[in-house]
Amino acid sequence: MTNPSPILRVIDLQVSYYTEAGRALALDHASLELYPGEKLGMVGESGCGKSTMALAMMRMIKPPGRIEGGKVFVGDTELTALSEEQMRKARLSLISYIPQGAMNSLNPVLRIETQMRDAIKEHQPEMSNAEIQERIYNALESVELRRSVARMYPHELSGGMKQRVCIAIGILLGPKVIIADEPTSALDVVTQRQVMETLDRVQKQLGSAVILIGHDMGLMAQFVDKVAVMYAGKFTEISPVRDMFTNPMHPYARALIESLPTLDNKGVFKGIPGLAPSLIRRPSGCAFHPRCAYAMEICRTVTPALERLPNGRSVACHLYDREGNLANVELRMAG
Amino acid sequence: MTPLLEFRNVTKIYTKGLLSRAATTALDDVSLKIEDDQPTILTVAGESGSGKTTLAMLLLGFITPTRGHILYKGKDITKLRGEEKITFRKEVQAVFQDPFAVFNPFYTVDHLLTVPIEKFKLARSRSEARDKIDEALSAVGLRPEDVLGRFPHQLSGGQRQRINVARALLLKPRLLVADEPVSMVDASLRATILESLRNLNREYGISIIYITHDLTTAYHVANSIIVLYRGSVMEAGSIDRVIRDPQHPYTRLLIDSIPWPDINRKWGQTEIVAREQEHGSIETGCKFASRCPFAMDKCRQAPPPLYQVAPQQVAACYLYDQQPVVERERLSEMLPV
Repeated sequence: MTNPSPILRVIDLQVSYYTEAGRALALDHASLELYPGEKLGMVGESGCGKSTMALAMMRMIKPPGRIEGGKVFVGDTELTALSEEQMRKARLSLISYIPQGAMNSLNPVLRIETQMRDAIKEHQPEMSNAEIQERIYNALESVELRRSVARMYPHELSGGMKQRVCIAIGILLGPKVIIADEPTSALDVVTQRQVMETLDRVQKQLGSAVILIGHDMGLMAQFVDKVAVMYAGKFTEISPVRDMFTNPMHPYARALIESLPTLDNKGVFKGIPGLAPSLIRRPSGCAFHPRCAYAMEICRTVTPALERLPNGRSVACHLYDREGNLANVELRMAG
Repeated sequence: MTPLLEFRNVTKIYTKGLLSRAATTALDDVSLKIEDDQPTILTVAGESGSGKTTLAMLLLGFITPTRGHILYKGKDITKLRGEEKITFRKEVQAVFQDPFAVFNPFYTVDHLLTVPIEKFKLARSRSEARDKIDEALSAVGLRPEDVLGRFPHQLSGGQRQRINVARALLLKPRLLVADEPVSMVDASLRATILESLRNLNREYGISIIYITHDLTTAYHVANSIIVLYRGSVMEAGSIDRVIRDPQHPYTRLLIDSIPWPDINRKWGQTEIVAREQEHGSIETGCKFASRCPFAMDKCRQAPPPLYQVAPQQVAACYLYDQQPVVERERLSEMLPV
């Protein structure tokens, strides 16, 4: 990366949900850095905390959930220190969030332009109507929709078009960070490719960083630069996409990659044995140890920290030393 | 020999209201056979609105065809009565997309498994019923003690979906219709469910119609495939042929757009002609003509017949009009089992 300073810094973010069954630690000391123009994919099983992470960065966690610690910076602005009102302004202009099933979040009884105008007015009340109109048209054109879409109601649009309208709203104010939570999960492959190509292009125009959340590893392989694998509220591995797909380090990341159907391994089914852990009663030590084929004695007791390795990857696993070498193999044999 | 299931020139048209003349052809003249003695896995693929779920609904007898007939063991399924209807209901089972919606949240999952046993009188005693349940759960890779007695919300999506497969299996069906069974399940669990489906096919000789828009998983479980676009068969044949060497421009676009989880296989460069330009689409010719980069005049005049492009592959496209025409009724002969 030529850009020296990260646009997004998440430091030790921690979120819990308080339920009748007890406290669920949904996000456990999650840290992340993202540079302008970078695309990060966040993957993991349902309930691993990826959507919680997104909501926490937006400060949109609702009770019984609570942000219990950590900081989020976009550029020099510390989102976690803003007042409620300042944070409301920061959403959409600094950091925007395209939620899961976003196309169902459009108001069915308002024209597209009305919804877009409301968003702009909220942030920049001084802007003239002509300017607003221009900005709306630009946003629509950048997602390859005709200007006439502005006058339409959501039901007049197809699913892919609605999804692109949501991206247009997400980029209206030129945010520095765009978080897209499974933006294409309800779309067929052709429309999906169209939506992702759109997102890719507007991201390049704006130079923003993108976080793509999802569990479709195929989409990740095609779209992102870096992949972060989450498990039970923690990052287990963050690696450049090529490294992740060709040589995953963390055993969970490896199992995830190996479970994928490709053109070359027809008829081979490799699921991950065992079940995703409960966030209320997390396994001790490394949360993955009950399902891990390489689990050692230390994995049951000591939680591995996410180590940043010299090769630019980060991994949280006792199998590796600080240099990223398989150091503790003898230990495993002994255990 | 009478086929297990046969679609004879089935067309389904949805009309809007009594007065409106607007009509949608959800399925257009589809003929299909599944043989009883050759259990197979057939994928029906297509994007939303392609008619793939309509095909499932017709097959299960939930809706009736506008034209044509659907025969189960040689009998029209709309005319089945009494004992025959019960047999049909028992032998043709379904697994649906949403692994949560089919459960009643107020009952433990046992309910979903015991009701069919009672309804179809599959067991003479409680212990026999329990044995059958255990056997079905084991067949899909679940430990009975892990899931029985639990409420649906206490189980993962993958476990719930496998219970649905187990429920279908209890009834010893001849045919299983799986409509997007893994689209709402985590990637790491998809493999397990697909493996259960394939085992049902191999070990119990159950034919499966796998309905999906996900060609990656289809490629891994199925023997053959039918690609639908707005109700019409675009391409069909052996899954290996169609996925690895698609011929129809629509299938090519579709295959090209699959995001393979493979860093060396980049997303295709085929330009996508946006769907919204479809307004005023021509219903007389090929349905894909308005988006097709190779569209010719004749594509807009009459729908192309199926041309045989390989021993086990047909494409409904005039680009191949030098090839022999295959009658629509003979489509199944092109599908390996």
